Amino acid sequence: MAVNDTLEGTHKIHEEAAAQRHGQLMPLLNDFSQELTTLNLGPTHPATHGIFQNILQMDGERIVSGVPTIGYIHRAFEKIAERRPFYQITPLTDRMNYCSSPINNMGWHMTVEKLLGVTVPKRAQYMRVIMMELARIADHLICNSILGVDTGAFTGFLYVFQEREKIYEIYEEVCGSRLTTNMGRVGGMERDFSPVALQKLRDWLKTFPTVMKEFESMFNRNRIFMDRVVNVGPISAEKALNYGFTGPNLRAAGVDYDVRAMNPYSSYEDFEFDIPVGTNGDTYDRFIVRNEEIWQSLRIINQALENLPEGPYHADAPHYYLPPKPEVYKNMEALIYHFKIIMGEIDAPVGEVYHSVEGGNGELGFYLISDGGRTPYRLHFRRPCFIYYQAYPEMAVGTTLSDAIVILSSMNVIAGELDA
Amino acid sequence: MNPQESAVAPEAAVAEDPIKVQNARVLALLTRLFGEGTFTDVEEPYGLLTVTTTRERIHEIIAGLQQDQEIKLNFLTTMCGINYPEREGQELGMIYHLHSLTQNIRLRIKIFFPITDPVVPTLTDLYATANWMEREAYDFFGIIFTGHPNLIRILNVEDMDYHPMRKEYPLEDGTREDKTDLFFGR
Repeated sequence: MAVNDTLEGTHKIHEEAAAQRHGQLMPLLNDFSQELTTLNLGPTHPATHGIFQNILQMDGERIVSGVPTIGYIHRAFEKIAERRPFYQITPLTDRMNYCSSPINNMGWHMTVEKLLGVTVPKRAQYMRVIMMELARIADHLICNSILGVDTGAFTGFLYVFQEREKIYEIYEEVCGSRLTTNMGRVGGMERDFSPVALQKLRDWLKTFPTVMKEFESMFNRNRIFMDRVVNVGPISAEKALNYGFTGPNLRAAGVDYDVRAMNPYSSYEDFEFDIPVGTNGDTYDRFIVRNEEIWQSLRIINQALENLPEGPYHADAPHYYLPPKPEVYKNMEALIYHFKIIMGEIDAPVGEVYHSVEGGNGELGFYLISDGGRTPYRLHFRRPCFIYYQAYPEMAVGTTLSDAIVILSSMNVIAGELDA
Repeated sequence: MNPQESAVAPEAAVAEDPIKVQNARVLALLTRLFGEGTFTDVEEPYGLLTVTTTRERIHEIIAGLQQDQEIKLNFLTTMCGINYPEREGQELGMIYHLHSLTQNIRLRIKIFFPITDPVVPTLTDLYATANWMEREAYDFFGIIFTGHPNLIRILNVEDMDYHPMRKEYPLEDGTREDKTDLFFGR
């Protein structure tokens, strides 16, 4: 007879779980008299989608306690950033949430622009918005389709990954790379959208809604899928706020906090879009909120593309913005600026600035303290994953292992951002 | 634009800057709640109100702001440690960012303390999210949070015997001379 078949046994499990949560740090070893099993979920496990570990204490299929261990791909970005000029920090931000690198890049550029007092022209702002929203769509597509895979529905994943590939092709046309984009510069974009990029974008905007509708019709009211995700891993709004949730996970709990609407940056105030919210913050709500955000992102991209202003695609800030390469070969001034910027000899004011953008999974903040030198004195990244992942044990305890996997993938924990 | 508005003198326009007005309101509220002299070094870098206080009062202040119904600064955006080796007796610091989601007010609170006695009260009893943030600050700066339920390293390996974000630990090998740059290096 399993221990939880008796009332005494159940009480004992609950007491031990409580004791473990409050007191002891390490789970007990396998205790066969209690029939509890210690299970290592990770560090490498196909369902964790990244390298982090959860030491779970299981009673049969049910999770009694969980202890997350993170830091497996910690790369000391904050320390490295203290030795690098501003433009060399952009590649570090790529590697945080690598599912939506352009948002990280632009967030960092905007932080530096705020510090330097550079105003970016409208066209560059709209171009940034287009790229950021594409990145958000790619990010949400990955999260939602992988959630489908984790519930056993592989087809939807294949459908939308085709579209993600097309987004990556647009990135390629715009900046030359796909995953770690290093897109844009302090002061704007590095080049204008090419006609091919615009064509690819327009083509994609025509075909993608059909695929997205197909994806939604496969999942949104699917009985099997709903049985797996409705009321799994719910979190109340109060608790989510207390845990520092932001982004779709917070909005799924019913709080309409979106940095794009509350503190508009890069001309987000020009666009009309809705902020979808859920009701009880469960896995289904997170899924639906992300799907709806994809539609809102499409709305924003369409508006930005329609009203894309003419004009320069970067700020007139020769001290901070790299001159075009042909100029460097012919023009003395351009060569000097090129040299100074590459060597990191730009005049940064002394000061501190906090800037946040709505990243793929929450408020991505950059806290930059400058002492006037060529590098930041201190740079702190507010990584949404890192902050909300600590709620995972609380959400997973009491559920079954298969539910815990679904909760994990619906939270969209990206190891690169988690560990920085 | 209304011609009367454009005729306003630039000084008056600065005085009516909504961010400044809001910051003045928040500062007045802070002084009313926690008394005169609690906050030193009041600044507004890039419009974000920044105050410095002491570690003895930080817990009380953040708890008070969380409970306060007028301003509702009840979202802990982030916190991070900082190290200024040249400031004697105030080498280490913690910087807290609070946010009021209902009124969209941000506040930055700093505390400084000596590196020989890096002890700060924990905020884990107020914010669940403080748990890992404080572990991160402990990991990187060696700041001890009294009352923290589980103060162990979070991102670095457990058997590391130093706190790497302190300025005394250079990023690169200090014995190398080939990378010393007399003109541009720091």
